Amino acid sequence: MLSTNRQKMVGLIGLLIVLLAAMWMSIVCGYTDTSWRQAMAALIDNNGSNAHLVVATVRLPRALIAAVVGASLAMAGALMQALTRNPLASPGIFGINAGAGFFIVVMVTFFSISSLQMLSWIAFIGAAAAAAIVFVISAAGKDGLTPLKMTLAGTAVAALFASLTQGMLAMNEKALEEVLFWLAGSVAGRKLELLTAVFPYLAAAWAGAMLLARHVNILMMGDDVAKGLGQRTNLIKAAAVLLVVLLAGGSVAVAGPIGFIGIMVPHMARALAGVDHRWLLPYCALLGGILLLMADIGARYVLMPREVPVGIVTALLGVPFFIYIARRGIAAK
Amino acid sequence: MHGLQAKELTLSYGEAIVIDRLDLTIPKGKITVFIGANGCGKSTLLRALARLLKPTSGAVLLDGKEIAKQPTKEIARRLAILPQSPTAPEGLTVLQLVKQGRYPYQTWFKQWSDEDERAVARALAATGLKELAERPVDSLSGGQRQRAWIAMTLAQETDIILLDEPTTYLDLAHQIDILDLLFELNEKERRTIVMVLHDLNLACRYAHHLVAIRNKTVYAEGKPEDVISRQLVKDVFQMDCQITYDPLFGTPLCIPYGKGRRILQKEGVS
Repeated sequence: MLSTNRQKMVGLIGLLIVLLAAMWMSIVCGYTDTSWRQAMAALIDNNGSNAHLVVATVRLPRALIAAVVGASLAMAGALMQALTRNPLASPGIFGINAGAGFFIVVMVTFFSISSLQMLSWIAFIGAAAAAAIVFVISAAGKDGLTPLKMTLAGTAVAALFASLTQGMLAMNEKALEEVLFWLAGSVAGRKLELLTAVFPYLAAAWAGAMLLARHVNILMMGDDVAKGLGQRTNLIKAAAVLLVVLLAGGSVAVAGPIGFIGIMVPHMARALAGVDHRWLLPYCALLGGILLLMADIGARYVLMPREVPVGIVTALLGVPFFIYIARRGIAAK
Repeated sequence: MHGLQAKELTLSYGEAIVIDRLDLTIPKGKITVFIGANGCGKSTLLRALARLLKPTSGAVLLDGKEIAKQPTKEIARRLAILPQSPTAPEGLTVLQLVKQGRYPYQTWFKQWSDEDERAVARALAATGLKELAERPVDSLSGGQRQRAWIAMTLAQETDIILLDEPTTYLDLAHQIDILDLLFELNEKERRTIVMVLHDLNLACRYAHHLVAIRNKTVYAEGKPEDVISRQLVKDVFQMDCQITYDPLFGTPLCIPYGKGRRILQKEGVS
């Protein structure tokens, strides 16, 4: 673990360099391998040739989306784990992916909406609606938002939306075909406009998370200690929930549900940077971006020339990791 | 004299009333210990005094002003609370934990000052944790861990410190160690200390002021040597005992009746 602030800063800069390198790899690697020089030329002086077009309209948006979505999902995961004080928590626990999926399927089935731009907003609204329901249910009662109530309410709401979605898809095969691509989660085939539409919300949430970091550290010591230190814990929790909705809801809107980044990355970041969220959150952002970029590059090579949705690659990476965390948790007790 | 007071305080969990119209004044600069049977509401009362629990009716006053109506951060600069068996996040170091005690002094603009640094150094010195500052809290022994949490409340630099069963899960040597530490803090720095203790004999030794809770209110309060009696123990704990005096300190010592091996003649202790 990096202990001094100086070491942590150096580590952060190192990760930033790795992130940029991964973005560059994401641009040049793939079915049509692009040379470094060509990619550079396409970015700086696009001559409209086929190769240049691939770089500017396919590869570049893909790399940017993977980096931004990976970073946002990882930060959302770290906030969720702090809020629920549960190391296995992810934004999925708030029903964010399930809510987005449900809203998408409803819209496709009943209103035949198929524009990706529209669907992305619907996904965002669905994510926010699911999280709002979870928040209201778990805030009810005398103790307010306890980690246990949040986890229970979230799991129940997520299961409800997921089963409704499956039921509707089972009855409507046409919708199934249309939304299956979306439900698998992918950073490919998305236009840059999708990202630019939600980017202001994501960027605001990044900044908000950094401002909240110090307060999250206090919350991690338990509600009583935090209240004793003069924290208005419900206010901080509500702010953290809002940030999770922006980060994870924005991500799901752009790339569909991509699992496991939110669970895995905070653990990696803690191993490097420790438990202080002022360092943990930026480490999560960079590591999350790197991991999703690498998973997406891997997705191009698993079944070459076909591509695997990146959500499946992260799941393949994530499941063993999940089991490792769970077993370590058991061993620690 | 103001300090911390409860006025007509009623506390409840859901429908069940735990404390009923209780009046209490915590003496300034003294060690006050709450005693009572399990479930009598002494921890609930302590939590309410620390504004962790909202009163159903009545009020907690700090220097004559209602605690619930003042900014909670301002209260945190005058009153610290150490809840029962707190847990630190995995990997948090002692220094990081103690630094959290400065939270009430930080604002968006002023994040860490020299005064914060000095307060943390003082808290580590007072609890003898300087050498362990970089160790993770979860790697410490139970006694050291409790010292680290006490150091965090000390870094808060409050006149009043409330502790909910600070000696739970500690062996006898570490119980004495923690109570000695608190006694010294009171002696040297005149801090008002209020705590819940289960061990009646240790309560009698360390408390200037004893508060016995029964029937949702204060049954008796005062100096341990004035309030402890066979009758009090019988009423508060539903237990028969004999009261004698601590041979080292002269404070009241409660010897419970009951079963057990006997190697003296009956009534052999005089």
